Parts: sequence; C-alpha cells; structure tokens
Amino acid sequence: MSTALRYPTPAVVLHWLVALLIFVAFPLGVYMHELPASPDKLKLYSYHKWIGITILMLAAARVMWRTTYTPPALPASMAQWQHRVTHIVHGLLYVLILAIPLSGWLMSSAKGFQTVWFGVLPLPDLVGKDKALGELLAGVHQALNFSLLVLVFLHVAAALKHHFIERQPFMQRMSLSKKGQP
Amino acid sequence: MSMKRIFNALALLAVLASPAAGAGEYRTVLPGQSTIGFEFSQMGVPIKGGFKRFAVQMAFDPARPEAGRAQIDIDLASIDAGSSEADEESAGRLWFNRSAYPSAKFVSSRIRALGGNRYEMRGTLTLKGRSREMIVPVTFKPGKAAATFDGAFILKRLDFGIGEGMWADVATVANEVQVTFRIAASGK
Repeated sequence: MSTALRYPTPAVVLHWLVALLIFVAFPLGVYMHELPASPDKLKLYSYHKWIGITILMLAAARVMWRTTYTPPALPASMAQWQHRVTHIVHGLLYVLILAIPLSGWLMSSAKGFQTVWFGVLPLPDLVGKDKALGELLAGVHQALNFSLLVLVFLHVAAALKHHFIERQPFMQRMSLSKKGQP
Repeated sequence: MSMKRIFNALALLAVLASPAAGAGEYRTVLPGQSTIGFEFSQMGVPIKGGFKRFAVQMAFDPARPEAGRAQIDIDLASIDAGSSEADEESAGRLWFNRSAYPSAKFVSSRIRALGGNRYEMRGTLTLKGRSREMIVPVTFKPGKAAATFDGAFILKRLDFGIGEGMWADVATVANEVQVTFRIAASGK
C-alpha cells in the first residue's frame, strides 16, 4: 500500500493541463454557438475543436498512465460512502473527458466538417455526413457537457471542503509542488 | 434461345440503332447525369458543395470541335454550400447577393482540341455582375447511351466579389475554389 500523499507528477501535470483546457473550451463552446456567421465564428469553432482534440489526446494519455500507479489513499477520516462517491465521480470524470471530445469530433463529421487538428492534421471522419445524426450528436455533446459541469462543481466543492473545512492535507494530492511530501 | 438472351439481343440492337451510338453532334443534355460541384478550404478544412439546378445548351461534334459551343446557366438558389447555415449565408449581399444576381452564366467563345480526348474551352463566366474570361480544360468521353464532358478549374472567388468585407479574409475561407463538372449529353 502506497503511503504517498500526492499523485505522481505526470498525473498532476496532465490533471491541470486538462482542467485548464476545459476551462477554455467549455465557455468558448457556449459562446460561439449563438454567434451570427462570420470569419471569427469559423475561427472560434476551429479553436474549440483543436482544444477538444488536444484534451482527448491528453485524457487518453492520462487514463493509460492511471493504470500504472496506485493513487494516494483518501484520508481515513472520510466516511466509507464518501470513498465510494469519490471513486464514482473520478471514474465519471475520466469517462467524460474522453467522451466529450469524441462526441464533438463525431458531431463535426456528421455535420460534414472534417476536423483538421491545428489546421494541419486531418482526423478521419468516423461517421459520414448525416444531418439527423449531427443533430443527435449535438444534443449528446451538450448533455455530456452539462453533466461535466455538475461533476466538476462537485469535484471542486468536495476538494475545497476536505481541505479547508475538514483541514485534511487534500490539495497536496494534486499540487504541482512537492512541498509537504513525506 | 432463352427469353433473357432474346431480351439482351434486343437491347443491344436498340443501343446500336440509337443516334448516340455513332459519331455526331452531342446536343441533348441529360440533367440527371450531369453535376456541378465545388470544393474550397475553410480554416484548413475541405468543404464540398455544388449546384443542383442548372441548364446547359450545347452542341459538340468531336469531328469539328472548333464549331462546338456551350452555355451554362446556374440557379444560385440551388446551392449546397456544405451546411444549411452556409447555404443561407451565401445568399447575402457579401456573398452572391442573390436577390440582385440570382444566376451565374458561362458562355463559351472558343473550343480547341488538345489531342486525344482533351479539349480547351474558353469562355466568359458572369457571376455577381462581373464577367471574367475563363480557360476550362475538358475531357470528352464518348459512350453508348451518352457522352460525358468532365472539366475542372480553379475559380478565384475574390475575382467575382464572392465574399466581400469581412469575408475577403482568405486565411479563413480560401480564395481558390476548385470547380468540377460533368455534363452528360446524347447525340442529336
């Protein structure tokens, strides 16, 4: 049993990179959606897709890396049900950071727009142009994102509560600095 | 002889007897087998589109290509610009300004044989009130039921003011539009 209080550094770096990119891509997605047609709208859509594909790749690396280590144990003072909920929420967050960009990529293909990462790397269209499928995937993409919003809120609120209210050394788990490590 | 064989033999006779089977002048365009498409790059992404309604008047005899002529009228309202949002946007003043210029017209001026089945068609394309001389390479393929004329050329959208103002930014929507067409025609 590992006694580490902190996730391995690559996992920490990937966590914050993905978090940062989600904090850009999410509001961008909400904002760009209702804009009237303009070159800026086309640019924002492309940036959103490029960020999303970047998240997908980082998330895939994260999930693969996650199988190689045992995460730091949760504080023993936390109730068993809290352990269970924590594992479920973490699992769902991993699923969503993969499923959301994937649904966006598929939606783009179904709407007839290939995704070309940074305007350089064309990704294959995994589904053909299909208007009804495009609209369905748009709904899926939106629903997954609002699920993510709720889960991220829970995730952040729980971390803050354990750290500041219960005064557990909780933030160290994902800290970029190694200070306070045994 | 089975019924199927008799039918096949009759079908062959019918094809051989049809005017299109021999050489001659092609002038009856088959709209169902003819297409006009285009492709352009938007933020590095290839976008395909086309026009569903167009009228072609033509006469072409491979024995006398220089006497050939073609006129194509395209109903710009029949555009498929890749998405319904783009279809709507393309009607606007900055793009085709379709309420003022509902159609595009190409009129050939000169057809020249390049050897083999290849020809060069010169003509004037009028789009959004602007006329430009175009040189269009065409490949002619004779067929039993119909001949096909395949062509492709690059159109620079800004030459015709397609995408003005903010849309003149070619870094977002490329200036070059690859136009491809296939016109199928039968003889006389």
